Amino acid sequence: MDELMIASVLASTLRVSTPLLFCAMAGLLSERSGVVDIGLEGKMLFAAFAAAAATAATHSTALGLLAAIAVACVLSLLHGFACVSHQGDQVVSGVAINMVAAGLTVVLGTAWFAQGGHTPTIDDSLRLSGLWPQFSEPVAGHWAASVLGHGLLSHNALVYLAFALVGGVSFFLSRTRPGLRLRAVGENPAMVDAAGVSVLRLRYMALLGNGLLCGLAGAYLTLAQNASFTPNMSAGRGFIALAALIFGKWKPLPALWACLLFGFLDAVSIRLQGVSLPGVGEVPVQLIQALPYALTVLLLAGFVGQALAPKALGQPYVKER
Amino acid sequence: MTASSSGTNSPAVRLRRISKRFGAVQANREVSFDVAAGSVHGIVGENGAGKSTLMSILYGYYHADAGEIEVMGQPARIANAQQAMALGLGMVHQHFMLVDSLSALDNVMLGAEPGFFLTRAKQRVRERLEALMQQTGLHVRLDAEVGSLPVGEMQRLEILKTLYRGARILILDEPTAVLTPQETEQLFGTLRGLKAQGCTILLITHKLKEVMALCDAVTVMRAGQVVQTTPIAETSEAALAEAMVGRKVSLGRTGAEHKTDAAAAPLLEARGLRLRNRLGVPALAGVDLRLLPGEIVGVAGVSGNGQSELLEVLAGMRAPDQGRLSLGGREFEAGAWLDPALARALRLAHVPEDRHLHGMVLNFPAWESAVLGYQDLDVYRAAPLGLGLKQGLMREQTAGMMERFDVRPRQPELRSSKFSGGNQQKLIMARELAQAPRVLLVGQPTRGVDIGAIEFIHAQLRGLRDAGCAVLLVSSELDEILALADRVLVMNAGHVTGELPIAECTETRLGLLMAAQGRAQEQEGHPA
Amino acid sequence: MSQPLALPRWMDLGLLPAWNLLVAIAVSGLVVLAIGASPAQVFWALLQGALGSGRGLGYTLYYATTFIFSGLAVAVAIHAGLFNIGGEGQASLGGLGAALVSLWLGHSLPAVLMLPLAVLAAALFGMAWAVVPGYLQAWRGSHVVITTIMFNFLAASLNSYLLVNWLRPAGSMSVESAEFADSARMPALHQLMQSWGFEDWPSSPLNLSLLLALLACVAVYWFLWKSSAGYALRAVGANPQAAHYAGIRPRWQILLAMGLSGALAGLVGVNEISGVQGKLTLDFVAGAGFTGIAVSLMGRNHPLGIVLASLLFGVLYQGGVEVSFDVPGFSRDMVVTVQGLIVLFAGAMAMVSAPAFARLYAWTQERRHG
Repeated sequence: MDELMIASVLASTLRVSTPLLFCAMAGLLSERSGVVDIGLEGKMLFAAFAAAAATAATHSTALGLLAAIAVACVLSLLHGFACVSHQGDQVVSGVAINMVAAGLTVVLGTAWFAQGGHTPTIDDSLRLSGLWPQFSEPVAGHWAASVLGHGLLSHNALVYLAFALVGGVSFFLSRTRPGLRLRAVGENPAMVDAAGVSVLRLRYMALLGNGLLCGLAGAYLTLAQNASFTPNMSAGRGFIALAALIFGKWKPLPALWACLLFGFLDAVSIRLQGVSLPGVGEVPVQLIQALPYALTVLLLAGFVGQALAPKALGQPYVKER
Repeated sequence: MTASSSGTNSPAVRLRRISKRFGAVQANREVSFDVAAGSVHGIVGENGAGKSTLMSILYGYYHADAGEIEVMGQPARIANAQQAMALGLGMVHQHFMLVDSLSALDNVMLGAEPGFFLTRAKQRVRERLEALMQQTGLHVRLDAEVGSLPVGEMQRLEILKTLYRGARILILDEPTAVLTPQETEQLFGTLRGLKAQGCTILLITHKLKEVMALCDAVTVMRAGQVVQTTPIAETSEAALAEAMVGRKVSLGRTGAEHKTDAAAAPLLEARGLRLRNRLGVPALAGVDLRLLPGEIVGVAGVSGNGQSELLEVLAGMRAPDQGRLSLGGREFEAGAWLDPALARALRLAHVPEDRHLHGMVLNFPAWESAVLGYQDLDVYRAAPLGLGLKQGLMREQTAGMMERFDVRPRQPELRSSKFSGGNQQKLIMARELAQAPRVLLVGQPTRGVDIGAIEFIHAQLRGLRDAGCAVLLVSSELDEILALADRVLVMNAGHVTGELPIAECTETRLGLLMAAQGRAQEQEGHPA
Repeated sequence: MSQPLALPRWMDLGLLPAWNLLVAIAVSGLVVLAIGASPAQVFWALLQGALGSGRGLGYTLYYATTFIFSGLAVAVAIHAGLFNIGGEGQASLGGLGAALVSLWLGHSLPAVLMLPLAVLAAALFGMAWAVVPGYLQAWRGSHVVITTIMFNFLAASLNSYLLVNWLRPAGSMSVESAEFADSARMPALHQLMQSWGFEDWPSSPLNLSLLLALLACVAVYWFLWKSSAGYALRAVGANPQAAHYAGIRPRWQILLAMGLSGALAGLVGVNEISGVQGKLTLDFVAGAGFTGIAVSLMGRNHPLGIVLASLLFGVLYQGGVEVSFDVPGFSRDMVVTVQGLIVLFAGAMAMVSAPAFARLYAWTQERRHG
């Protein structure tokens, strides 16, 4: 294994983990407040479309970002309206959001840009690029420049933001007043209600945070990773993020490691194609693709420790009085 | 009568003619009494007596339909819990309002955090709490995760929460329901300490011994009304028990005195039943029981003393931690217990206490609820391969049941939820009796049932007894037990404290047994 | 205690769902407007495309067949109190099962033996894929929603692996298996009709699986409401405590429910693989598992409602294809959008309008009696 390979894999891992991180943190906020979020996939997809469409139309990256966040927030609030205000089934709502996003993004894209659902390619100047361009390629023979430089420092702002946000979410939950209340409302909403704090307001606040983060995830897909929107480009990443969240037992730091692990698997899966591992033979790419899901099932089955969800997760809160 | 406390003029709480109705049920009717400042005031009554509703009104969860409240001499309109807290009221609920995964400190702080960033806020809260703990003697490990705390400490935490918010009038709802005797003693010490510091305490309970030990005055409630308010010095456990179970329409004994053949082989025999509930508190503390053919055995006692668990264990719905059971010629031990299907196969029928939770499926039509538990009987098997159900037969039989038991409306297709409580109960009874059981377990058969249905149900139970069946009747209505039973067992705190033939039962004697401690043999001086 | 809604049964089962559907259609119409097309034109073209020709009708019924299977799958699980989102994966496995058996035995067996075997294999494979999440839910407490979602992805990986590495004929570039023998192909309706003398019967993918689907409806109806196992299953879904009181064992009912659900979803493979493709392909399920959720929700989890809802979605799918030829901007994705809107309004937001309807009902009752 040479430094080029390590640097390359490291850089890929961080890049691939970024949307996972945003979504996992989004899901964390929602689920810690007691609202199941199956709709991460759909929100990310729709946000990606919004970012691409807005940037292509207005030639402004900032507007693209804002559009992505706005759209994801609207979907989150819709989820809240159906489930928090009206006790609708949270899973069904998430499934509905995924379906609507999958369809509507292509419908609108085709109608507005007439490219079969794709958005026009966004000019490089409008996309987010690495903060330190000198590290954009690994350097043969230089370990530091390759691994540290290309591996860690070659990324765009959103990547660093994602990792910083893990710390931010963690700090928010454990060291701030609304964070404490949010944690409580996902475990025992009756207690929070009895203490005089509005359960509805807390959950909507969590959903807004969820929307913001899903928006960033989507924006990353079309403004940083790729240069345009393609139909169904989220490709199940929202579900991998959900798996990472559960694998991380609904805590920010373990979820971070889970996202990195799943990102690593993804980054490595292409490279392992055709490669024979000692003793095992050729590892099928499908196996590596399936690993995040299989691991999550094993966790849920209780074989890899216990996954204790927030106690009130999925139960609509109805005032008993 | 109000108890006067030295040094204070206005009572801490004055309730005047509080009334509250929920639909057809009058939960509180013209409730009036005073709570002297700086006293411990007990409020006792059976399940459904209205005590919890009353306290919920005082704490702002409900609004009374009529009546006035005065707190510390001032008229008060309490619209929500916040306003109650502002007036100095604090409530410790029966089901703790705590978040298990947070620390004790976090739980106290929630809702009243002094600041956005918690690190500094926590410090301030900690300081205040430590001072409070010193002052009151209530010690709680502030950094421990609440889920890991013993129940007694959790309760101290709940009390601390109210004191932190400045409560001077504490309402405790059945605080000792989940405590061991030792923890109960500790709680009493705490409460006495708080009283010494000038707090007023309202204690909702149905445990009379505690009332006598702790309270200065007690209000007895029954069926939404106040029966009496007396200073402790002027009453006793037995007197309170009598007042609590009180007198309703007296359904006297009918027919000739029934003689049970004491030499016959028992239809059901249970020995040494022990069961701890989820919180580790003993629900059954060594219960022995035998049912002979052709008798009704009544289980009297204030509910919550193990009667529900006894029924569930005997019906096979729960396995005890220890004990043995003989039923229908078979023996069962704690590790390999009975299950409901087998119980039915052994001709044991069960009319559950909670008909909505266990007795029927509300969404099913009446005819489907009428076969609940018996759906696998051979008589109902239809083609193909016995996998189908003879629905025509089931519907017919349901119609027959409805006819015999006068269940209205006579519509087997109607959804179970649409029937009134009394008709639902009659249908369940019809179902269980239709299989001609040899043993019938029945819990609270006439709860929420109208008068005409009560007489009918009682007649059915007597008829069953006359036909040689053994009936175990658990009821919180002492009148019902006195009207039906041939033999009465009294339960208290998981023990059978006494057993009397009906001829020797008086309300006073039974009341004493309901308040007694320990097993029957222990009281008479026999070794345990 | 929250007051129960005073909604009469006909409102609850008829008016409210119809209203929710109407709202979903109205919002869809808005989307159509937003993309610059005329809702009325689209609506008309949709109906024409789906029902206006023999060929269109054939396609509509073929789609409906798949949706009946996946809708029944969701419904059976819901009656046991479980939300089975794994229809995609279970259908995928069903197709795999049918394909494996067909490839292995197709050339040695006549159709009259081969086809039932394929059906059985499809059902068993789908059942196996659902029974694992069911077991995990019942015995380990793992939430069936999450595990079935994961199993959907696992199924996709499994299918891909088997197709690429084992089932693809040597030298072939396309990711599909070898073709089945004729005896392993579900006869298409137009073939049958033509062989009986109706030369002009329009060709379409509609095949005998439709009959199987209708039989499945009858079977599911009988099972749920006329059999003792179905009684036990519904009791567990409606009130697990009462079921326990009745001597029913909830764990086994959960297993049974998921197993049947998976088997039904697996039958999608019969329609798509044995009926239409004649070989195993990569993404033949194409979202039918999720449509099944919409179908079951709209059909109130009852076989009759499911048939009607499946027809509706069949019209939507087939009509959608035709509309996409006539109306620029309209495509299969519009159908997916409408489907999502239906799940949203008839599923997640089903109860949003309920209080308004209850108030309206109370008001009309007052007017009548007051």
